[in-house]
Amino acid sequence: MSIEKFRRLVSTVVPLPIENVDTDQIIPARFLKAVERKGFGDNLFRDWRYKKDGTPNPDFVLNNPRYSGRILVAGKNFGSGSSREHAAWAVYDAGFRVVVSSFFADIFKSNVLNNGLLPVQVPDAFLSEIFQIVETDPTAQFEVDLESQTITILKAGISVNFDINPYKKECLLNGYDDIDFLISLKKEIIAFEQV
Amino acid sequence: MILEPKTLFDKIWDAHVVKQVKDGPDVLYIDRHFIHEVTSPVAFLGLEKRGMKVFRPQNTIATPDHNVPTIDQHLPIKEELSRVQVETLKQNCAKNGIELYSLDHKYHGIVHIIGPELGITQPGMTIVCGDSHTSTHGAFGSIAFGIGTSEVEMVFASQCILQPKPKKMRINVEGKLHKDVTAKDIALYVISKISTSGGTGHFIEFAGSAIRSLTMEGRMTLCNMSIECGARGGMIAPDEATFEYIKGREFAPKGEEWNKKLALWKQLKSDDNAVFDAEYQFDASDIEPMITYGTNPGMGVGVSGNIPTGENLTGSDRITFDKSLEYMGFKPGEKIKGKKVDYVFIGSCTNGRIEDFRLFANFVKGKKKADSVIAWIVPGSKKVEQQIREEGLAEIFEAAGFALRQPGCSACLAMNDDKIPEGKYSVSTSNRNFEGRQGPGARTMLASPLMAAAAAITGVVSDPREI
Repeated sequence: MSIEKFRRLVSTVVPLPIENVDTDQIIPARFLKAVERKGFGDNLFRDWRYKKDGTPNPDFVLNNPRYSGRILVAGKNFGSGSSREHAAWAVYDAGFRVVVSSFFADIFKSNVLNNGLLPVQVPDAFLSEIFQIVETDPTAQFEVDLESQTITILKAGISVNFDINPYKKECLLNGYDDIDFLISLKKEIIAFEQV
Repeated sequence: MILEPKTLFDKIWDAHVVKQVKDGPDVLYIDRHFIHEVTSPVAFLGLEKRGMKVFRPQNTIATPDHNVPTIDQHLPIKEELSRVQVETLKQNCAKNGIELYSLDHKYHGIVHIIGPELGITQPGMTIVCGDSHTSTHGAFGSIAFGIGTSEVEMVFASQCILQPKPKKMRINVEGKLHKDVTAKDIALYVISKISTSGGTGHFIEFAGSAIRSLTMEGRMTLCNMSIECGARGGMIAPDEATFEYIKGREFAPKGEEWNKKLALWKQLKSDDNAVFDAEYQFDASDIEPMITYGTNPGMGVGVSGNIPTGENLTGSDRITFDKSLEYMGFKPGEKIKGKKVDYVFIGSCTNGRIEDFRLFANFVKGKKKADSVIAWIVPGSKKVEQQIREEGLAEIFEAAGFALRQPGCSACLAMNDDKIPEGKYSVSTSNRNFEGRQGPGARTMLASPLMAAAAAITGVVSDPREI
C-alpha cells in the first residue's frame, strides 16, 4: 500500500494565528466514534467553525470567503494534546496538504507525516510575516517544495528552509508506506525476539 | 575500555532497537501494546486490507474505556456510535486472538490503570498505546508513549514501530513536599514553569528526593501528565517501592522468574555521569496546591495566587491568553480562590487510583458536599471500585453526599454520557483543560483530588489546608 506522494505545491493559505491549538480543537472527542476513516474533514475545528445551532460561524477563518487554499498556517505548538490521528485525518480530509507553524507537537507531527501531509516548521519571524502578508492580501501565493525543503512567499520572494527527517522525506516523495517496510523486516524481528 | 555513561532511557531504548534505518528512525521492538476502542478500529481495518492478522496477539491487551457509561454498565450502551465502537473492538479482538477486558470482566478499567494494577506493566519494557497518556506506565521505569493509529497498525503488523530517538531531559525535584501537596501539584507546577511545549522532542526522567518520596500511584500521576508539557513520555527509575508494588500482582513474574527479573530491574537507572540534553531543577518546598485558570495545562497557579495579568504578552501570545480567559469567564489579575464551582470530577487515568480516593475520602469524611455542586466519583477500574468498597470509602462518600460510579474515562473527555454543561465550572482531577474537553463550552480547572475535595465541600475554589 502507499500514501499520497508529495513533491511541490503552490497555493494560497488559510491563516489561524492562534497558539497551542490542541487536538481537541482540531477535532473534539465526540467526533472520534467512527470505526472507519471517513468524514472527519467536516468536523475540523468543529466548535470554532460552527455556532451552537450548527450554522457556520462567520468569524472563523474556514468560513471566511477571503481565505482558501491547501496550506494551513497556525500559531506555535500546533497539535498538542491527544494522540488521536483523527486530527491529522481531519486536516487532510478538509483538503490541506501542508501545515505551517513555528512549532509542532511530537505525536501530531508523526501522525501527519504518516498520512501524506507535510508539516513545515518555520521561524517565529517568518510565521509572523506570513500572517501579516495574508491579512492584507489573502490571494498571496506560497510555494512549498519538498525536494529543496523550502517554503517561499512568492510575491515577496522570501524563502526559508525547513527540516524533515531524510527517511520521511523519501517516504513522502515516493509515497512509501512505513508498514510495508516493517513487514519486510519480519525475519530480523523474529531473530531479535529470540535473543 | 571505559563505557560511555548512559541514561536509563538510552539503556532501555538501545536494548529494543531491532535495526537502525540510515538517516532515519529506529525500528523499535514493543513489549506491550495496549489498545482501546477509539484509536484501534482503523488500524484493524488497515491490517485486514493487507490480508494480515495481528503478529503478536499475546503481547496485546485490550479494554474499552473512552466511550463507556459510568452507571448501569450491565445495560447495553445507549448511544449507537459508542456501542458500535465498543462492539467493533470485541469483534477485532476475537478475530485476532487478543485478550479483551470487556465491561463485564473483573479486570475492566481505564487502560492506563489496569496495565500497572495487573502487573502487566514492568520495568525495562517498551510500551505503546494509541493514547497520549500511555506515558503513565513510565512510572515503573519503562519507556511508554502514545502513538497514532498508523503506528498502532505498525505494531499490529510487526510488533515494532518506526521511531526517531527523542532527546533526553531530566527534571529534578529535590526536598520535602509541604503537607497536602501531591504528585498532581508537582505536575501542574512543572508544566506551569516549562510550558505545554517545554518538553517537546524529549523524553523526561523525573528524579530527586521529592520524586523518590512519591508512592507508585503518585509517580503514575506525574508520568501521566508528562505529555502535557509536550514530552513524548516521562519515566522514573524503579526502586523498592516499584518492586513492592508489582510483586504478587496477577501478571507479575513469580518464583524463580521473579528473582531473575528483579536482579535485572535493579540495574535500571541512569549512570552517574549520564548526559541529558536538557535539565531542570525545582525545589519541592516552592510548590503549593495548584489549580489551572486557563485552557491549557500550563496555565496553572498556586491556590493562594492570582490569575496572571498577561500585561507583558504581545502578538499571538496576547491573543491566545485573552481568548483563553474569555472562554473561562475570568479576568486578568483576579484571585483564583473563591471562584464558583459547579461540578467536581475525581477519576481518569491521571487520578483514578485507590490512593486518590483515599485522599478524597479522608478529606470529605464527616463533612457535607455543597448543595450547589454535582460531583462524579469515578474509579479507574473494577479493582479500584472493589477496593473502595472493601475499605469502607464508599460509605464515607455516601455519608458526605457523594455517589460512587462505575469505571471508565468518564468526564475527562466528553466521549460518553458524563459531560459538563456549557458555561459550567468544573474542578477536575483529569489531565486536560482544553476548550470543550469536558463538553462543549465546559470550563475546566485541573487540580489534585484534595483540591477537588475542598471545592466539592465549599462550592468554590478553596485551599484544602484552610478547611
